[in-house]
Amino acid sequence: MKEEIIIAGFGGQGVLSMGKILAYAGLMHDLEVTWMPAYGPEQRGGTANVTVILSDSSISSPIVDSYDTAVILNQQSLDKFERKVKPGGTLLYDPYGIHHAPTRTDINIVPVEAMLKSVELKNAKTYNMILLGALLAKRPIVPVEAVIKGLRKTLPERHHHLIPLNEQAIEAGMKLVE
Amino acid sequence: MNAMKPEDIIKPENKVYSRPRLLDERNTHYCPGCSHGVVHRLVAELIDEMGLECTTIGVAPVGCAVFAYNYIDVDWVEAAHGRAPAVATALSRLNPGHLVFTYQGDGDLAAIGTAETIHAANRGENIVIIFINNAIYGMTGGQMAPTTLLGQKTATTPYGRRADLNGYPLRISELLAQLDGTCYVTRQAVHTPASVRKTKAAIKKAFQNALEGRGTSIVEVVSTCNSGWKLSPAKSNEWMAEHMFERYPLGDLKNV
Amino acid sequence: MEEVKLMKGNEAIAHAAIRYGFDGYFGYPITPQSEVLETLEELMPWETTGMVVLQAESEVAAINMVYGGAASGKAVMTSSSSPGVSLKQEGISYLAGAELPALILNVMRGGPGLGTIQPSQADYFQATKGGGHGDYHLIVLSPATVQEMADFVGLGMDLAFKYRTPAMILADGIVGQMMEKVVLPPFRPRRTAEQIAEQCPWAATGKGNRKHRNVITSLEMDSARMEENNHRFQRTYEEIRKNEVRFKEYYTDDAEYIIVAFGTVARICLKAIEDARKQGIKVGLLRPITLWPFPTEALASLAGRVKGMLTVELNAGQMVEDVRLAVNGRIPVYHFGRMGGMIPNPGEVLDALRANFPEIK
Repeated sequence: MKEEIIIAGFGGQGVLSMGKILAYAGLMHDLEVTWMPAYGPEQRGGTANVTVILSDSSISSPIVDSYDTAVILNQQSLDKFERKVKPGGTLLYDPYGIHHAPTRTDINIVPVEAMLKSVELKNAKTYNMILLGALLAKRPIVPVEAVIKGLRKTLPERHHHLIPLNEQAIEAGMKLVE
Repeated sequence: MNAMKPEDIIKPENKVYSRPRLLDERNTHYCPGCSHGVVHRLVAELIDEMGLECTTIGVAPVGCAVFAYNYIDVDWVEAAHGRAPAVATALSRLNPGHLVFTYQGDGDLAAIGTAETIHAANRGENIVIIFINNAIYGMTGGQMAPTTLLGQKTATTPYGRRADLNGYPLRISELLAQLDGTCYVTRQAVHTPASVRKTKAAIKKAFQNALEGRGTSIVEVVSTCNSGWKLSPAKSNEWMAEHMFERYPLGDLKNV
Repeated sequence: MEEVKLMKGNEAIAHAAIRYGFDGYFGYPITPQSEVLETLEELMPWETTGMVVLQAESEVAAINMVYGGAASGKAVMTSSSSPGVSLKQEGISYLAGAELPALILNVMRGGPGLGTIQPSQADYFQATKGGGHGDYHLIVLSPATVQEMADFVGLGMDLAFKYRTPAMILADGIVGQMMEKVVLPPFRPRRTAEQIAEQCPWAATGKGNRKHRNVITSLEMDSARMEENNHRFQRTYEEIRKNEVRFKEYYTDDAEYIIVAFGTVARICLKAIEDARKQGIKVGLLRPITLWPFPTEALASLAGRVKGMLTVELNAGQMVEDVRLAVNGRIPVYHFGRMGGMIPNPGEVLDALRANFPEIK
C-alpha cells in the first residue's frame, strides 16, 4: 500500500497542519511517512501545499510526479494539481470560492462543503479536520483512531480539550461525503 | 675611594621594578615608545597578582597586538579581525569561572568589529575589553582609523581627516557606556607614571567585575603610535595630551 | 525499542546536538533552517545538559563564537543557509587554519545573492572546494533523510575531533523542511573538563596544571613554517581521503548507466530508477554521502563497466566536474539540473536520462 497525497490551498487554511496530522496518523499506524511542504515566507494568505506519502514499504522520493489523492482548497491549486492526479485517483475539493469546477472524467471528483460545514459548527478552525474526515471516508488509508492518537501526540497538553471538537469535525466531514 | 661595583647595586633591597613573572623574557615587536608594552606589562602583572594565571584566556586581535600571545604567559586565542568579542563570548560562556579578556585596537574594535563589540557589550558578556586607541592603523602602515582626529594626517588621509569625506572620530566608549550590558567603561592613558597607576587600577577593577559576573567592562587606553604619527616617543606623548584628550577625555564614563 | 519520532530534518539536528553532548550552538535565523535555533531554544538544553544556545547578532559573529568555543576544546556548532554560510566563510577558513574541530550545517537555498528560500544544491563548490581563502577542505556530509540529518550531527563532530578540522553537513532545503520518521541517537553526557583536556590537549582552556600556554592561531609570519603548516593540513586531508569516503550504490550490479546524485535529489533519482527498471532500462545510482572526500575511486571503477553517467543536481552543474575528473574521459558524463528552487520530479529525471542517452528506448 502506498498513498501519495497533495493538500493545497492558501496559507492559514490549515493545509500544512492537516498534512501533519495525517502524517502523525501514519506514524501511529506503523506506516512509512514523508511530509514535504512547499514552504514560503508567508504564514497567511500565500499559497501553501504539502505532499504527504504514506506507505507500508520504504519511501524513496518525497517528491512525486503525480498523486493518488489531491485535497484542493482554492482555484489556483485546482488549476495546478487537477491534471496531476493519477487516472483512477481521487480529487477532493471545497467548492467554496471555486469558479471553474474540475472537469476530468477519469478520476473520482468529490466536492466537500467544508467551509459551510465549519460555519455550521461555529468554528473555522475545524475546517481542515472536516476535509480530513472526508478524505478518510473516501480513502481509508489510516483509521480515525490513529488520527486521534496522532492529535494527542502533536497537540500540546493545553490544547487537548479541543480533541473532541476535532473528532466531531472529522465525523462531520465523513458524513458530508457519504 | 673605592668605585661601586654592579653587584653592590643589584641587591633585593635596592629593587624598584622587575619584569612581571608572566611577561615573557623576549623583545616585543612593538616600536620603541609604543604604549602597548606598558599595557601588556599591566595585564601580566595583574593576572599574576590576582592569581589568575591558570584560569585566564586572552583573545588577541588583528592589528599591532596580534602577537600579544607571544608575550603574556596565559592561554590565548587569536581572533579574526574585529571578531574578538564574539570569540570571547563563547569562551566566557563555555568556560565559566575563567577570566576572558580581549585586547583590541581601534580599527579592530571600532571599525570592522563594531557589531561584535556592541552586541557582546549589550548582552553583558562577562568579559573585559582592553581597547588601545591610538587613532591610527599601526600594523598596516598608518592608515586612518575610526578614531583618527579631524585634520589628522594618515596614509589614507594624507591631507588630514575631513568630516565631509571621512566622517567623525568615533567615541565608541561613550556609545558602549549607554548599553545596559556594560558595568564599567573607563578611558585612561599610560603616558605618565600616575596615569599608568590609574590604568592598572582600572584594569584590575574590570577583571574583578568579570570574576564577579557583573557584565562587560571596557578599559579604553588612549595611546600613542609614534611610528604612525611620525613623531618621537616624547613628542607623541605631548601630541596625545594636547590633541587626543580633548576628543577623548580621560576618566570613568560608567561605573555601576 | 527505540522511540520512532516524526520531525523535520532541522528539528532532528537540534535534538541530535543535545543528545550528542554538544557544549554550544551559535546561530542566526535564516530560512529554511531557522527551526534549528527555534527547536534548541524551545528545548532549553542549558537547563538539562548545560549546553549553551545563543542567537548571535550575525552569521559572522556566530561562526566566530564557534571558533572561540572550538578553541577551548568544546563541541560546538552553527547552522545557516546559503547567504549566511557565505558570511561564515571567513570564520570557517580560520577554523581550518587553526585546526579546530567544529560542525557547520548549511541548509542550502537558491542563489546567487539573496536568491530564493527554496531548496538548492548550488553551494557544492563552496562546500567542497574550500569556500573561504587558503588551501583547505572541510569534511562534507550530504544527508538524504531526516534520519541522516540526526545521525550526521554525531558523525560530523566525531570526524571533526578525529582530524581536528571543521566538518559540514551540506543539506538541501528539502531534507531540512520535510518531516520523516527518525530514531534519535541516545543521550550521552557532555565531556568533563578532564575528558576535554585529554581529548584536546591543545585547547585554550586556561593553563590549569599545564606548564606551557596553549595558543590557538592561524597566523605564522615565517613562510617556511607556514608552508610546513600547509603540508601538515594536506597530510590530514590525505588521511581523510584514505579513510573517510562514504557512498551508497543502488542497482549498480548490472547497470549500463549510472545516475550520480546527492542529498534528497538522490531519492528522487532512485524513484526514477525504479520506474526505469520497470521499463527494462538498466540504470543504477551512486549517491556520495561524503561530498568531500569524494568517492572518486568508486566512480572510476564503475566507469569501466557502464556506458555513461548522468549527474542530477539542484544547480547548473557542480558535482558533475568531480564525476568527470573521476571518470577521466572514459565515458560520457552529462548533467541535468534544476535551479532557483525548482525541484525535478522522477519523470523529469527519466526524460533527462533519455535525452542524454538517445539509445535508451
